[in-house]
Amino acid sequence: MADIAIRAVRKSYGKNPTLHGINLAFASGEFVVILGPSGCGKSTLLRMIAGLEDITAGEIAINGKVVNRLEPRERGCAMVFQNYALYPHMTVAGNIGYALKVAGVPKAERLRRIEETAKIVGLSDYLDRKPAALSGGQRQRVAMARAIIREPKVFLFDEPLSNLDAKLRVIMRAEIRKLHQRLQATSIFVTHDQVEAMTLADKLVVMNKGVVEQVGQPLDIYHRPASIFVASFIGSPAMNLFEAAVDVDGACLAFGGTKMPIDRALAGRLGARHVTVGIRPEQCVVAPEAKGVSIKVDFVEELGSGRVIHSELNGHPFAASVDEHTRARPGDRITLELPLAQLHLFDQETGRRIHVDLEPRAVSSAASHPTLQAV
Amino acid sequence: MDKRAAFRSWWLPSLFALPQIILILLFFYWPAVAVLRWAFTLEPPFGGAAEFVGFANFQEVFADPLYWNSVGVSLAFALCGTLATIFIGLVLALAVDRQLPGSAPFRFLYILPYAIAGPAAGMAFRFILSPERGLMASVNATFPDFWNPAKYGSHALLLVIVVFAWKWAGYTFIFLLAGLQSVPRSLIEAAAMDGCGPIRRAVDIQIPLLAPTLFFLLVIMMTEGFVGADTYGIVARTTDGGPNHGTDVMVYRIVEEAFRGLNYSGASAQSLVLIGLIMTFTFIQFRFIERQVHYK
Amino acid sequence: MIQRTPFANALTYGVMIFGFLLLIGPFIVIVSGASQTFQQVNAIPFSFVPQDRLFENMGAAWSRANLGTAMLNSFVMASLVTVGKVALSALTAFAIVFFRTPLKGFFFWMVFITLMLPLEVRVVPTYAVAADLFQPVRLLISAVTGFEVSVDWNLLNSYAGLTLPLIATATGTFLYRQFYLTLPDELAEAARMDGSGAIRFFIDMLLPLSRTNMLALTTIMFVYGWNQYLWPLLMVTDPQYKTTMMSLVALLPSDNGTPDWNVTLAGSLIIMLPPLIVVAVLQRWFVRGLVATEK
Repeated sequence: MADIAIRAVRKSYGKNPTLHGINLAFASGEFVVILGPSGCGKSTLLRMIAGLEDITAGEIAINGKVVNRLEPRERGCAMVFQNYALYPHMTVAGNIGYALKVAGVPKAERLRRIEETAKIVGLSDYLDRKPAALSGGQRQRVAMARAIIREPKVFLFDEPLSNLDAKLRVIMRAEIRKLHQRLQATSIFVTHDQVEAMTLADKLVVMNKGVVEQVGQPLDIYHRPASIFVASFIGSPAMNLFEAAVDVDGACLAFGGTKMPIDRALAGRLGARHVTVGIRPEQCVVAPEAKGVSIKVDFVEELGSGRVIHSELNGHPFAASVDEHTRARPGDRITLELPLAQLHLFDQETGRRIHVDLEPRAVSSAASHPTLQAV
Repeated sequence: MDKRAAFRSWWLPSLFALPQIILILLFFYWPAVAVLRWAFTLEPPFGGAAEFVGFANFQEVFADPLYWNSVGVSLAFALCGTLATIFIGLVLALAVDRQLPGSAPFRFLYILPYAIAGPAAGMAFRFILSPERGLMASVNATFPDFWNPAKYGSHALLLVIVVFAWKWAGYTFIFLLAGLQSVPRSLIEAAAMDGCGPIRRAVDIQIPLLAPTLFFLLVIMMTEGFVGADTYGIVARTTDGGPNHGTDVMVYRIVEEAFRGLNYSGASAQSLVLIGLIMTFTFIQFRFIERQVHYK
Repeated sequence: MIQRTPFANALTYGVMIFGFLLLIGPFIVIVSGASQTFQQVNAIPFSFVPQDRLFENMGAAWSRANLGTAMLNSFVMASLVTVGKVALSALTAFAIVFFRTPLKGFFFWMVFITLMLPLEVRVVPTYAVAADLFQPVRLLISAVTGFEVSVDWNLLNSYAGLTLPLIATATGTFLYRQFYLTLPDELAEAARMDGSGAIRFFIDMLLPLSRTNMLALTTIMFVYGWNQYLWPLLMVTDPQYKTTMMSLVALLPSDNGTPDWNVTLAGSLIIMLPPLIVVAVLQRWFVRGLVATEK
């Protein structure tokens, strides 16, 4: 159990900066997920916490103690690697117990702890096997057991599920969550999969291009994305984004021939400018004619529980999730209502969210739509 | 060349590398410097002060027609030997790669000549291809003097090339077979779907894809032919450089010059020329390997 | 794949059998010649049928060329070269691959340049070094301090002289390096997370994992060491340190003497046998090791 503080941490390889000043604080026992596309620096950050990567500037503290210059073994972290990094010439028992062997734990105690740990992850029957004779899921469990046995203060997971098939991934996700509830150790989990991130995290950190875009609880981030990047990265199908002009005199948002009336005072506050408007596909509502925007259906994706209609709005691709009773064929025209309360506005220059409530009543309606599409 | 995870220490790797570094300094760099020094000085072989003579040693070497003879012999030896080994290795590898029933033992057997030392092989071939006994005697009985490596330089050269090719064919075979086996099975199957028979597939698909391996072997075997450990041994024990300097390859000449003629300076100058040649080969190979990495 | 290609199949078998005659034929001639009598071996045409005098001829060759000493020396030489290379290369490659130090590039190039110049082209000065090992040290001392020191140590007629210069090249280091580079980065990282230091990682992980690699190198180096011809010829003047390759001369029938090639062939067969056995037994690893040098 440990809290972690990351203060103004930077990392450069030669002249190429990969992390531009990261500030984060994780509470003891928290399950933190760092989410971002590949190359955003999330793994580098994790490896810096582990002590596998030098810190160019700034400091990392575990339990209040700055660990910048400590060897990995002195930091009390355990790590599960993406490719598991099992020792191929050792048995499962040998792999799990290696850290204890290095630490000089007597053999009898070592064996006892290996067996205990193996029981937790359900590997008791496989202790004599070599990693090559295990399935992907079992290897994953060995990697976890290897981390658990050390009773670390901090668990680090570096995309541990990305080598598994879809079904196994769901199972292992649940197991990791259960394990965390049982061990209550601070865990940091790095992934590029937003579903994994949403389902696992107590606290979600979204990173892009070496900076932290947003930190918060998963649902907060889903409902109030702080930037265009976060908005488009979280949620599936992705949030629709299109350009609109704020018409102060007409008190409306204008895009592609549609004028959407907004509060006059609000329009004044926004000023005459172009903004990026976002709406999640699942929050578009099929409406009778003249009550919304009319679109032409390009193609339809069947999901079984519903369908996704793909089309175009104002020159941007536009998707809408509808229920299975809504019929649509390519070429049909459909009218969609875009509820004001569900619109997100972003500044075009900075890409940041413009914090306004287009329709103050919307808060309750947002809460009634906690839809999250699983892939 | 770089691995990501590295241990941080400067004295530990230095300590680990130390034994080999010392050996290399002593038996590689120091001699390499000595070659340079000797090539430009004239030194009495044992004792006495060396005198700087500039390029005089080289001029002397280049003025000697026997030196140019040895260059020609080496070139012929290395080139013919290389082409022969690669050709034999390629044909055998293509055959074994088809994995017809019963081909496994051949794959094992072809490699065996590689284990034999050049000089030992040379001596055995002195008997096997002797003009008076062994396999060629019957031919010579019908056509007198058809084959006599003790008398004709060209025959002797052919003989040492045969020994070289025999010893190294299995070696190229290993590489080419490995190369063939790394050609994706699906490519062969695609060609079969396109209606190619086995021979057509070999010519159109397999051999072009082997180009990197073939090039690698070309460089390796040329180097081996010019300066390889066995080249000296093969020549010394098969023909002694004769008859009439017919198999006087460059390495053989250098060693003879140095240890029989006691002409260190001349030998060093010749070594330097040879070193230049090897470096050129290696450079070409490095360039090529770089390009190969580029392809992937 | 289903294919009916009778012509190509016949050609394939023909090629394989031809290859067999070409590459294994000489062994058959050697074995049959070595088992024949003096008259039989000189008969025209040559008979490929082995006779029963193999061991007698071997015995004659053994005593004529004093093969007992030579075989022992060759064995010691080949083993020392093998062990030295296998051990030193593993250490050097470890230093080059797994450490982050400014010296890394320096070590790398220092070692790998040696791939370019085989012993044969620098044999003259290498001989001079072996004949006077402390010359570099002496020159250094006199250059730095101005004192002429007279230490003298030569490696002629010693196992050290026979083996050390042969160990001083990079083939083995190269092989290990290639292997180390194929290991995933995470292996060393996992070991570090588990608390293992560099030496521990080398002993617990790298050594057991490189077993195949070591067997390959063992085969290559044993053959290399056993088959050395030129170097022993220069280093050894004392018959006590003679190697098998040097005994070949003693086996050759002299021009005017009796051409008892049966004994010569029997002798060379004895000399060929040890590396042949090593290659045959360790073939699988040997092939893997060789192929790995290409990449």
